[in-house]
Amino acid sequence: MYKIVVPGDFLSTDIRRAGEGTYVENGKVYALRYGILDDKDEIRVVPLSGRYIPKRGDVVIGRVEDIMYPYWVFDIASPYKGLLHVSEFPAKVEYGTMDRFLRIDDLAIVKVVNVDPMMRVELKLVEEFRPPLHGGRLIEVPHTKIPRIIGRNGSMIKILKEEGRCFIFVAKNGRIWIRGNERNVDLVAEIIMKIAEKAHTSGLTDRVTQYLRAARGGKNVVRNKAH
Amino acid sequence: MSSEIKLIREDGRRLDGRLPDELRPIKIEVGVLKRADGSCYFELGKNKVIAAVYGPRELHPRHAQDARRAVVRFRYNMAPFSVEERRRPGPDRRSVEISKVSREALEPVIITEYYPRAAIDIFVEVLESDAGTRTAGINAASVALADAGIPMKGLVSAVAVGKIDGQIVLDLTSEEDQHGEMDMPVAMVTRTNTITLLQMDGRVTMEEFEKALDLAVAGCRRIYELQRKALIEKYSESRTEEIP
Repeated sequence: MYKIVVPGDFLSTDIRRAGEGTYVENGKVYALRYGILDDKDEIRVVPLSGRYIPKRGDVVIGRVEDIMYPYWVFDIASPYKGLLHVSEFPAKVEYGTMDRFLRIDDLAIVKVVNVDPMMRVELKLVEEFRPPLHGGRLIEVPHTKIPRIIGRNGSMIKILKEEGRCFIFVAKNGRIWIRGNERNVDLVAEIIMKIAEKAHTSGLTDRVTQYLRAARGGKNVVRNKAH
Repeated sequence: MSSEIKLIREDGRRLDGRLPDELRPIKIEVGVLKRADGSCYFELGKNKVIAAVYGPRELHPRHAQDARRAVVRFRYNMAPFSVEERRRPGPDRRSVEISKVSREALEPVIITEYYPRAAIDIFVEVLESDAGTRTAGINAASVALADAGIPMKGLVSAVAVGKIDGQIVLDLTSEEDQHGEMDMPVAMVTRTNTITLLQMDGRVTMEEFEKALDLAVAGCRRIYELQRKALIEKYSESRTEEIP
């Protein structure tokens, strides 16, 4: 159903359709990455692995790693650090008081405003989520699996939220924040890890629905079977 | 030089029964290390090597960073038990050289410009050695880089050729290397026919060199097919598995 390509594989002669994960040489399109070929309109190679590289507009979950006035330095699960300027904070922050608002190891949902050619990453806060994040649980999966966890038009995440009865925030960098009843969080976290593991298989959404419903029906029975 | 030891038998085959243009058996496994971004286990006859790739990741110390591209670092290391006589652990002149030439064999295919200021670290550990570990290391590292999702223009394949008992042969074993007349490891990007590593130890005529190079290119192509197959199989075999 899908085709796996490796770097250097010949894909097409139609260079106008060359998209992400490909490169053009001598009028031909080749794969630049190891991944799944998407040949619908644009020719793209969707990577199966790799580190998260920030892009403008991405919403990510960051962890404060350092405070260097006038910036909070965020670890965003990437080779590059994100910088949040004090002026982005919805309060007046004076020199030397930054740790009253966000301390080291605090979590925040932030948006990438700009990435310069040197890969310096500027962040801003996402208004709906006042930092730091309180409660809940943070889990981390490879960022390449995020589209699978969201599903086509959000089908998978919708099921997870409804059947899992949790608040789930999925960020582009592979971090997922789940908040709710401890038991529900356990279940949702377990399923998300499984989806990430089996991201390249088909029919996942149906299997997840079945599993979640079964877990709801007779909690103990199903949980024993899973282990 | 090689007067006493016969390396080619009466029937034209080599001591291990291979034909002059035959490779040793190859086994490739992708993604053997859970915590590495990409990894590969590679067997070439009795050679056993494992490659791990980490990155792109933040590079320290900062003065080593390059504002325009990622820095590729390659470490080739032989385990003390990889050879018959225990090898003193740690880097030596030979492994520093191999690390350098192997890095230079892989760097041309990696799009380092995508990751300014970062580092891509490649580690190759030789667990068992029987001549040709640098080529096995390059083959393993190339697959591990692809597995790590690093953007590359193609895979690099490598093999050694040599001259034993006056004949040009492919993929030398340790005896053939020690008692033969020439040893020449070659690495290339098979898609573009670009040679990225070529070293030679010994003396040959120009014609013999050309014959050897042709043989190496043919060997690299065969290895490339196996590398490609191993990568594709990683995801096709687990396709039918059920969750949970």
